[in-house]
Amino acid sequence: MSSLSGTPPTPREDPVVVQDPALPPVSLDPAVLDSESRTWTPAKIALWAAIALLGGVAWVMIAVVRGETVNAIWFVFASVCTYFIAYRFYSKFIEKHLIRPNDNRATPAEYKADGKDFAVTDRRVLYGHHFAAIAGAGPLVGPVLAAQMGYLPGTIWIIIGVILAGAVQDYLILFFSMRRGGRSLGQMARDELGVVGGTAALIATLTIMVIIVAILALVVVNALAESPWGVFSVSMTIPIALLMGCYLRFLRPGKVTEVSIIGFVLLIAAIVGGGVIAETEWGVALFTVDKVPLAIGIIIYGFIAAVLPVWLLLAPRDYLSTFMKVGTIIMLAVAIIIVRPEITVPAVSEFARTGTGPVVAGSLFPFLFVTIACGALSGFHALIASGTTPKLVEKERQTRFIGYGGMLMESFVAIMALVAALSIDRGIYFAMNASAAATGGTVEGAVAFVNGLGMTGVNLTPEMLTQTAANVGEESIVSRTGGAPTLAVGLANIMQQFIGGSGMMAFWYHFAIMFEALFILTAVDAGTRVARFMLQDSLGNFIPRFKDTSWRVGAWVTTAIMVAAWGAVLIMGVTDPLGGINTLFPLFGIANQLLAAIALAVCLAIVAKRGLFKYLWIVALPLGFAAVVTITASFLKIFSSVPAVGYFAQNAAFRAALDAGETSFGTAATEEAMRAVVRNTMVQGVLSILFVSLAIIVITTAILATIRAWRTRSNSSNEDTAVPSRRYAPAGFLPTRAEKELEATWAALPPESKPKRGSH
Amino acid sequence: MGGPSAGVQTETGFPLTALVGFGGKLRDTARDAARLWRGLTGEDAYDKYRAHFEASHRGDSDARSLPGSGGEALMTEREFWRDQSDRQDHNPQGRCC
Repeated sequence: MSSLSGTPPTPREDPVVVQDPALPPVSLDPAVLDSESRTWTPAKIALWAAIALLGGVAWVMIAVVRGETVNAIWFVFASVCTYFIAYRFYSKFIEKHLIRPNDNRATPAEYKADGKDFAVTDRRVLYGHHFAAIAGAGPLVGPVLAAQMGYLPGTIWIIIGVILAGAVQDYLILFFSMRRGGRSLGQMARDELGVVGGTAALIATLTIMVIIVAILALVVVNALAESPWGVFSVSMTIPIALLMGCYLRFLRPGKVTEVSIIGFVLLIAAIVGGGVIAETEWGVALFTVDKVPLAIGIIIYGFIAAVLPVWLLLAPRDYLSTFMKVGTIIMLAVAIIIVRPEITVPAVSEFARTGTGPVVAGSLFPFLFVTIACGALSGFHALIASGTTPKLVEKERQTRFIGYGGMLMESFVAIMALVAALSIDRGIYFAMNASAAATGGTVEGAVAFVNGLGMTGVNLTPEMLTQTAANVGEESIVSRTGGAPTLAVGLANIMQQFIGGSGMMAFWYHFAIMFEALFILTAVDAGTRVARFMLQDSLGNFIPRFKDTSWRVGAWVTTAIMVAAWGAVLIMGVTDPLGGINTLFPLFGIANQLLAAIALAVCLAIVAKRGLFKYLWIVALPLGFAAVVTITASFLKIFSSVPAVGYFAQNAAFRAALDAGETSFGTAATEEAMRAVVRNTMVQGVLSILFVSLAIIVITTAILATIRAWRTRSNSSNEDTAVPSRRYAPAGFLPTRAEKELEATWAALPPESKPKRGSH
Repeated sequence: MGGPSAGVQTETGFPLTALVGFGGKLRDTARDAARLWRGLTGEDAYDKYRAHFEASHRGDSDARSLPGSGGEALMTEREFWRDQSDRQDHNPQGRCC
């Protein structure tokens, strides 16, 4: 124990855990492990050289070669090869130096095993569960909106962002939570950052959740408004889920595959039926719903869904949505590889520089990095990675595959969404994504607006818009903002070349809308429920009765508060005279990235307390970047004098116009609309201030904790006590040779001498 | 058909097992696939629970008939799934954006 100042503290040594000598080894010998990863056979060298070469060529094709078009297959190669290299080299580097897993230690799934919440789960199964929980509408919507800046900025950020930031965050949080018995992000923040940092993190999480749920709901409203087909088929998911819930509860409990197949068949029937009904007069009359009533409908639905028992609506719909999610993603990947669409979008568009793009306002830095949150770096994942997953991990070394690897897969989903959005005609893209305030919501208005943007190579005709609308079975596709309809057109366009031809395009379009609506609605209920429990827990500090989550009144009151909060933001979004998505989406991205900054700040403090200062940069790098991006973006939103960017600048401009007695201003046609803008921009501005202040508090407390750890040469930790493990399983998707041998030793044990275990 | 785990897997009733008929490796692969599928859908939750329960009561003369002996009795399949959704009610899990 040296006391010289300036020398770094010694890293914390892992407690020695002695394993049961009667059992085969519960971990691979470190020497064997090391030699396995260091031995480079010619075949291995050739394989990695080929991956590097293919990836390099693909990057050259998309980033350097400037032809008329670029083929989508290069995006697939560039991303997949980079993921493999990052997974093999960078995540292993992090594992070796920062994470330092120890397979001699039992995971919570083993030492807290109850066969229910804590249960050892096969690593490949858990990878699937974890991926299904983290991947949602975010990685699909963000890249679509960011496509206005060209294909290159989004592609680079999604791929580089995930390997250096997003996957690192997910991996670290998963591991640290697992070492703490599956503690939540909020609890870890309190443990590591103290009361101030912990409370700020909790408030931030709660408000961020409200914003995220509201904007996801806004995406659904925008996709379904004035679409009788979409409204019919998506609302049919409710009776389908109820039916599935009752089937599982009363008829055949636990028959998940069976009920999912029944649900899936009914779902397809609902999509096909929607097409028939949208052709009939009564169908159009009944299912054409405006944005505001639709938003109110979703708010009422959100409340009911969050107070109903889980088995009735949420759990069965979750099965459906997972089924659809995984199926559609695989289908899209296969279709992109087979169809290989040509992309004509410029690498970097003029909007990246000028920041005047009609889809989302703001220039590349920092707004690209908040528009694409999920897929590159998503703070929301920290809530999942510190929730269910750490309670199910079988062996410590598997966290790299599940945490880091799971996020790479989500990033790949984002790349495919980007490709789908890029594959549609650029004129149509802007007609769909410019707000109704800009296009007037008419074909003529959209054509005039898009052609007036002066983009080279874009020549939109009215026929292109009406033809596309007819192909996808919609009345109009003008100003269908929010990303989901654009992605649906892109997906339908690719899928119809793969299966069914143009006659199937309307089906594929509504299939895509359904698929997005399904998991957005699941996220809305689940988000409301989680937020309600957090609120109950916090209120319980003042009124103890609220802690009792089975108290009906408490549950209803807190649910109502949470629904009212996101409902208000949602209504603000749908009635916004400035367009809704383009003003609110940056807030969504900022909120999500701030949560990431909070999660990384917690990781920073933990790493510092473990004494691993030499490798602190692994966390500090993404934390610094997320902090700079979000704080800059927030400050621009708060202080910018450009009305399209700054909330208060917009607010001042409209107030000045009102004071001058004007009755219309900019895109607001009436005095009432002008007042709405004044109100909305004030709310959005105040929320920005709140988020950025909370994030700055959390980051500051984390830096203070880090400095304190350095000064005191801390090598403490809040980990659970180490317990020796009594089981073995390989770490990655495929076992290595040494892992196979050890696995075989375990398999050969006679059943009676195997230690008691929770599964297979 | 060795080991207590094999019994659990053959009770799946999953159609993939119907494809299995011509032996050896293919059967193992199909069984592995069925097991993974059941894990992915969460359908194996009761089997896991029962395996855990039986393992942790190994040595008891008959766990089922000893509800008062310091632990709970083994839940039936129906009871288990109800209990599972009740637990989800009180411990909601977020779904990501």
